[in-house]
Amino acid sequence: MLTISDVAFAYGDRAILHGVSFAVPRGHIVGLLGPNGSGKTTLLRIIAGTLAADRGRVDIDGVSVAAMSRRDIARRIAVVPQETHSTFDFTVEDIVLMGRYPHLGAFELEGADDRRIAHEALRATGTDTLAPRRFATLSGGEKQRVVIAGALAQASDALLLDEPTASLDLGAQLDIAALLARLHRERGTTMVVCTHDLNFAASLCAELVLIRDGRILARGETGSVLTPANVAALYDVRADVAFHPGAQHLTVVPIARA
Amino acid sequence: MLVTIGAFGALLVTVCMLAPLVGSTRISLARAFSQSVPFADNVDAQIFFIARLPRVVGAALVGAGLAAAGVVFQALLRNPLAAPETLGVSIGASVGAVVAITFLPSFSIGGISAVPVASFTGSLGALAIVYGLSAARSRGMSSTVLLLGGVVLTSFLGAILTLIQYLADVSQTFRTVRWLMGSLDVGSYPPIVAALVPLACAAVGYATLPRALDLLSLGPEAAAARGVDVVRAERVALVSASLSTGAAVSLAGPIGFIGIVVPHLVRLMVGADHRLVLPASALFGAAFLIGCDLIARTAFAPLELPVGIVTAMIGGPFFLWLLFRRSR
Repeated sequence: MLTISDVAFAYGDRAILHGVSFAVPRGHIVGLLGPNGSGKTTLLRIIAGTLAADRGRVDIDGVSVAAMSRRDIARRIAVVPQETHSTFDFTVEDIVLMGRYPHLGAFELEGADDRRIAHEALRATGTDTLAPRRFATLSGGEKQRVVIAGALAQASDALLLDEPTASLDLGAQLDIAALLARLHRERGTTMVVCTHDLNFAASLCAELVLIRDGRILARGETGSVLTPANVAALYDVRADVAFHPGAQHLTVVPIARA
Repeated sequence: MLVTIGAFGALLVTVCMLAPLVGSTRISLARAFSQSVPFADNVDAQIFFIARLPRVVGAALVGAGLAAAGVVFQALLRNPLAAPETLGVSIGASVGAVVAITFLPSFSIGGISAVPVASFTGSLGALAIVYGLSAARSRGMSSTVLLLGGVVLTSFLGAILTLIQYLADVSQTFRTVRWLMGSLDVGSYPPIVAALVPLACAAVGYATLPRALDLLSLGPEAAAARGVDVVRAERVALVSASLSTGAAVSLAGPIGFIGIVVPHLVRLMVGADHRLVLPASALFGAAFLIGCDLIARTAFAPLELPVGIVTAMIGGPFFLWLLFRRSR
């Protein structure tokens, strides 16, 4: 259970979040939607503990993130950023093994267990055949699957994803959506997903939190929150929302600036 | 992993054993270690222990210190072309040394002149300025600000260096120029012992770093999300790298290119994992600089070249090749 209570944050005197509260029960997928500058990435960083809130708190199973060490947080929460660049020539296997960092002592090398967990993560994301490849030579979609494998190797309870499909082509977007849905189905992984892609959110998330100007505009089940009125209030865009029988989820077609 | 590091260790040991035997005068190891001849009459022993051994040990320490610092700066700045020179640490050391040569020419404690002390102080001072800038400019540390700060500081301190040289008299300027060329003509043991102190501190810092450096090279945010205490790791990395650069430069002057050539060669050999790259670079850097110094001592014997010329002659073209290879 991830509880976000009255979280506020400002960069200098520019307020980004004004008291945001919501909870993510274990095993749920919550989508975080909002226009650029709405504060969703800031919120994600506060949940991940890489940024400290000015007010309010984030708890994991009743324990405050602010009171935990980086290592403790990383054992409970893993983050998948929009893009990952590797400065040096790491292999895919290297990148995934780095996920074991919070489980190792300062001078400890990965043991058989760590390797088994990393290889299991590679298999779960369909990247086991890429293991010896150099990370830098992969496509965007392959890289993102490897980064998700690294996050799985971290063996955390929750996964925070910051626009995981924003820089991918259409096919790779669907691959990632299918992968995340499968991980949720098979492992019950708790996820918080930031995204601009409303159709991706509708396909994956059972619940949505809509954020604008640092405040929650609406939250609840996707079916009741994803409405033309809410899309207009969130993005100032007139849109059609309809259930697509082929895709089996709500789809949003933007029509014009409202 | 241990096998690879062992191989680099064996290389260093071999180079260390062979290098003191080679030089303009042929010496015999048996005679150098012979107890039957008193040291005052034993020319071989004098050449071995006074002329060559401190030089080889000095080269090993300087090479290891600069190469390890290069590895750390590259990971920290997420820039494979960063080096101890990049952050202004080397030029800070140079200003310190030149001030000491010009204004405190006869100062000395326990066989150590003011020059290494001043250059060590200069290197840490330069780092403090760059780090202070970076920390003030952003929450935590920005690698862009560090790099830009380093560039600006390097040209600013370069101007101060020129000014001091311009004001100094000819003999001081000559000493300054020779110092700036980089030379391993250490000549005695006290400076080596003095340099060992900061190098040992740096080594302790380095020992805690390799895995954090792997993760930091993916970006501070990604590293933090995987459990790295980023602020602490960056601080340990910067301080260790500056201590080892400062110690190296105070011992031998600003010897260029070791910090960039060695880490790259080692990465080509062992891959990207810093748990291998960091120790292997230190060992290989030591062996590499002993080798360069061997060339410096013998290429134009009995004339001895400043070793900085040799490393620059090898490093410059290598650096260009690297840039060319990366841009393709």
